[in-house]
Amino acid sequence: MDLFTDLLTGLFFFLGSLSIIIGACGLIKLPDVFSRIHAAGMIDTGGTAFFVLGMIMQSGWSLITVKLLLIGIFIFFTSPVTSHVTANLAREKGMVPEGKKIGKLL
Amino acid sequence: MSGHYTNLIIGLGIVSCAFCTYLANRAKLIDEEGLPLFFFPRLLNYLFWLFKEIIISNFNTAKVIISGNVEPEIFTVKASQHTDVARVTYANSITLTPGTVTTKIKNNILEVHALNSDFGDDVRSNEMDKKVKLLEGER
Repeated sequence: MDLFTDLLTGLFFFLGSLSIIIGACGLIKLPDVFSRIHAAGMIDTGGTAFFVLGMIMQSGWSLITVKLLLIGIFIFFTSPVTSHVTANLAREKGMVPEGKKIGKLL
Repeated sequence: MSGHYTNLIIGLGIVSCAFCTYLANRAKLIDEEGLPLFFFPRLLNYLFWLFKEIIISNFNTAKVIISGNVEPEIFTVKASQHTDVARVTYANSITLTPGTVTTKIKNNILEVHALNSDFGDDVRSNEMDKKVKLLEGER
């Protein structure tokens, strides 16, 4: 059973690090601010979710599980707000993203 | 939360909670948006669906970044929810799924930036809009 949880933890950590590395590559590679926010969002959701899951696997059922879950919940609620604020500020300053524009924009 | 459950610490906790509530009440910060209770019965169902969506679109975003198949697009969608809380939930859910970001909100029109036309089609299909409307319930 110990081996099983360890393997599962390893898998979750692997997936989390993979999404953080790919997100970091995206931050450098993608063309403009708006596309880069997507890569940052990937780090926020995929990275943290998998890492918190892996750490919960290691902690077992204890008070630490609750604390880890709370960290996950707070990041879950705050990360879209920061992404939105960044994108909104860029739009308010008059930046227009590259690529297709469909319909009338606000 | 620290694992200590002495009378003094719990008592101090109760007192500080009561004091904060008193201050918030005095500053008139409490309204129906503080704790959207009418969400709760259907919240768990929605959260499970949202987690599934997040994992799927995370995978897709990774694929797009690696393959370099980036065709950003920006468009507007209509939010059909009635309350502000539900609209914020909808905009937040769009932003939370990687590949789509809400850039502007005006009344019930959302401006969304998508990394690829596949992500754009996902939002334009209005599936998430319907789910959040269900979450909001009958008004």
